[in-house]
Amino acid sequence: MSDSPTQTPVKMNRAGFKYTDYQGLPTTLCKGCGHNSVTNHIINAYFDLGLAPYNVVKPSGIGCSSKTPAYFIHAGYGINATHGRMPSISLGAKLANSRLQIIGVSGDGDTASIGTGQFVHILRRNLDMVYVIENNGVYGLTKGQFSATAEPGAKLKTGEMNDLQDLDLCSMAILCGGSFAARCYSNDAKMMRALIKAAVSHAGTAVLDVISPCVTFNNHDGSTKSFDYVKEHDIHLNEVGYVASWDPPEAELKPGEATKIPLPDGSHLVIRQVSDQHDPRDRLGALKLLEEYRKKGEILSGLIYINPDQPDFTRSCKLNPERALAELSEADLLPTREQITSYLSQHG
Amino acid sequence: MSPTKVMEAPVEPMAKVIVNDLSIEMATANGTGSQSANSIFSKTLFRMGIPVGPKNLFPSNIQGLPTWFTIRISRQGYTARKKELDWLVGMNPDSWEKDVKDLLPGRVVLYNSSELSDGPLKSRPDLIAYPVPISDLVRDKIPNPQLRKLLANVVYVGALAQLLCMDPEILFSVIRDNFKSKPKAVDINLLAARVGIEYARERLPKKDPYRVEAMTGEKNANTGKILVDGNTMSALGCLMGGCTVLAWYPITPSSSLCETLIGMFEKFRVDPATGEHRYAAVQCEDELASIGVVLGAGWAGARALTSTAGPGLSLMNEFAGYGYYAEVPGVIFDVQRVGPSTGLPTRTSQGDILEAVYCSHGDTEHIVLIPGSPEECCEFGRIAFDLAEQFQTPVFVLTDLDLGMNFWTSEIPPYPTQGFKRGKVLKPADLDKIGTFGRYLDVDGDGVPWRTLPGNPHPKAAYFTRGSGHTEYATYSEDPDTYARNLDRLKKKLETARGALPRPRLEAVPGARIGLIAFGSTHNAMREARDQLAEAGLKTNYLRIVASPLPLEELRKFFDGNDCVYLIEQNRDGQMEICLRAGLRDGCYVDKIRGVHHYNGLPIDARTISDGVLALERRPVVSSGNNGSGGGRV
Repeated sequence: MSDSPTQTPVKMNRAGFKYTDYQGLPTTLCKGCGHNSVTNHIINAYFDLGLAPYNVVKPSGIGCSSKTPAYFIHAGYGINATHGRMPSISLGAKLANSRLQIIGVSGDGDTASIGTGQFVHILRRNLDMVYVIENNGVYGLTKGQFSATAEPGAKLKTGEMNDLQDLDLCSMAILCGGSFAARCYSNDAKMMRALIKAAVSHAGTAVLDVISPCVTFNNHDGSTKSFDYVKEHDIHLNEVGYVASWDPPEAELKPGEATKIPLPDGSHLVIRQVSDQHDPRDRLGALKLLEEYRKKGEILSGLIYINPDQPDFTRSCKLNPERALAELSEADLLPTREQITSYLSQHG
Repeated sequence: MSPTKVMEAPVEPMAKVIVNDLSIEMATANGTGSQSANSIFSKTLFRMGIPVGPKNLFPSNIQGLPTWFTIRISRQGYTARKKELDWLVGMNPDSWEKDVKDLLPGRVVLYNSSELSDGPLKSRPDLIAYPVPISDLVRDKIPNPQLRKLLANVVYVGALAQLLCMDPEILFSVIRDNFKSKPKAVDINLLAARVGIEYARERLPKKDPYRVEAMTGEKNANTGKILVDGNTMSALGCLMGGCTVLAWYPITPSSSLCETLIGMFEKFRVDPATGEHRYAAVQCEDELASIGVVLGAGWAGARALTSTAGPGLSLMNEFAGYGYYAEVPGVIFDVQRVGPSTGLPTRTSQGDILEAVYCSHGDTEHIVLIPGSPEECCEFGRIAFDLAEQFQTPVFVLTDLDLGMNFWTSEIPPYPTQGFKRGKVLKPADLDKIGTFGRYLDVDGDGVPWRTLPGNPHPKAAYFTRGSGHTEYATYSEDPDTYARNLDRLKKKLETARGALPRPRLEAVPGARIGLIAFGSTHNAMREARDQLAEAGLKTNYLRIVASPLPLEELRKFFDGNDCVYLIEQNRDGQMEICLRAGLRDGCYVDKIRGVHHYNGLPIDARTISDGVLALERRPVVSSGNNGSGGGRV
């Protein structure tokens, strides 16, 4: 395991990049915001993985969460899009240059309301990207309205109670054809880092539904996404071990001890049961578990579903990553004069 | 077989013969396959060297509703729609009564007498009627029952060709070429055409004055030309412009542009050895996503396109403003149809001028190209990608349903002589040479900054793109002066673009003091309209606008040289006029503007233009029918 609990800023990773290459500007979010923890986990996970920062593209939508790409990997390319439209920007960028590594950051307003359509369809296409949702059940920048992930019975700071059904983003991800769905509490450093790495190594849309409490508008009694509530109701489904391709081989697993899931970049996951016996490759089982825990009012966290074999979109489009569309020239793209004349002859 | 007795009133054979000057309308039901037969007939006329203007006036429907196909045949080269019909081919019982009623006196009707009663004709003894029992003929002569409905259309084409004295061999050659991949279809279509020809030859003595004769040699109007729809030529332009990413959502009348381009991609952009695609085409979930994909791809360095129509453009507003403000290239075709709202989805309009020019909230102005012919669709489609990258902004190309979906006679587009203009992109070696990189710095004084592309590994290269306020160095800022400075630079950038766009096309006449301005598909009717005006004693100069930001210098000069300038538009409110007034401002120009507006969804005809001008000149007009046009407006 390449996880280490603390990183010293001068440290270089195995690819020769400095820790500071993965850092960003100081956050402008509220002190104690769950999103700031997510930012730190991203910095550490990407540093550990040694991804070239200049190949990292950081699209986002609009909202508190969508500001965070400015706070990590400053040597990467951020693109803060319009509200709910992070997925389409990601898709365009990846088609233009499939070598780019996309980590999209979105919020629950972005993904569960205004951008639900783009969320659903990026899952259908299975674009190779990390899709982080910093989910706090509330609109922060507009000062505390319910979002569509607020559970029935959840209370606003004003005392107003939500009586609408919540959207479960992991269930949606699975139902909409997604190939990777995980949930995690923002401050669970160990699980967050392992899941981010798994998401990067997964070839497809990897949804990380991060329950990331809002310290200002949704951290009171009666909230179902306050720090206290989440800590109290967070049930670990499994323990996710990420083993990079360069990590030393671990001891042979005993039958039934853990599930080993190989990923296309040579890394693999070691999934150990915590709350329930569940193979994350079991789609129906994943949906069933999510529904059971939703009914109980508990937050099921861990790697809930993965299908490493589902083809990703750029592969389906038969793009050559070595010759990105953005890099093609006239010689690659322009038919000859004769070809055009011949083509037009059908209209003569 | 239904009775073939025609009208009691005898029709005097007309003394004069009218050669290559008529307008034919096929009135059929949607979904009966008439489009294919009508295209064959149009192409036959084209191959005969005759100027031809086919137009499909179709409903928003898959099957059953009435549809009309008009073909203008004009030895003088007038290929716009003609208001008055000369020939009706009646095939549809639902529209039959009105189709007949609308005909002018003395005109000609060929109709399927197996299905259509001669009732409506009884009150119109002035018409020349050719009953053809088409359904009976196909039942008796066509062996394949499932093809009879389809081939009924080819029977009327044969009868029409015979009655118009056309050489059947050219018709046969078009049929052979049309179905060349399906030999069985060739035979059965040839049979159907012959059935029509023979019936007309044996049973229908010629009673009308119209004839169609081949124009050969120097008279051949179509030498070196093709008969093609604008969407195909737009797609070809995009292909030649190096478009690699297409993101689209199906919408009439734009879909065929995207589908044709995908066909071209499959033909020209698949590596035969490796199967690698040098393109990506995505049918998106909606237009919000289409333009998002275009901007994402443009930001990352690819040449990306979306094509849509008015409703899609409305959805794209937010992202269009983002593209303008964050300075991301992309190309957006709008094949205009009638709005607002769903409007008339299968009818033509120039109603999206303002929507395109100012697409977004906030202070915005876009580069808009307005082709007036299929060859310009190709040319402008191609250069749109250069302009988008040179000016790092969305570029709109406005065509319309008439230009996009109908067949037009077109020049073969010239093969590009210059390479792609990729604009100001800094590579790692360039970054080595400069002190600092400011993504939004106006280094060259033209308002156009330099950019880097994601994946550029140089330590100075990365920057953060956002639609919120930003400094010259792409950092977040709400500073008032910084914001205003950036907006001013964007305006300067568009000023630079104004001079780099295709220039307006001027046709000046010595001594003329009346100016006409038109744009887009209206161009097709302008020569005829100007000839009509000249006949009425009005000499006119003509300026065609092809791009916005508007060519203010040329416009001022044009206004200086004319006492009065008529602006002809296919919309109600004079949208181009609003733009012109905003640009020219000065009373010495704008006080000269008068508008002629046509907005009923039909392609504009020359008479609407000439009458609109004549009415405002307080001279007698020729046509009495309003035909849904606004006529002249001062």
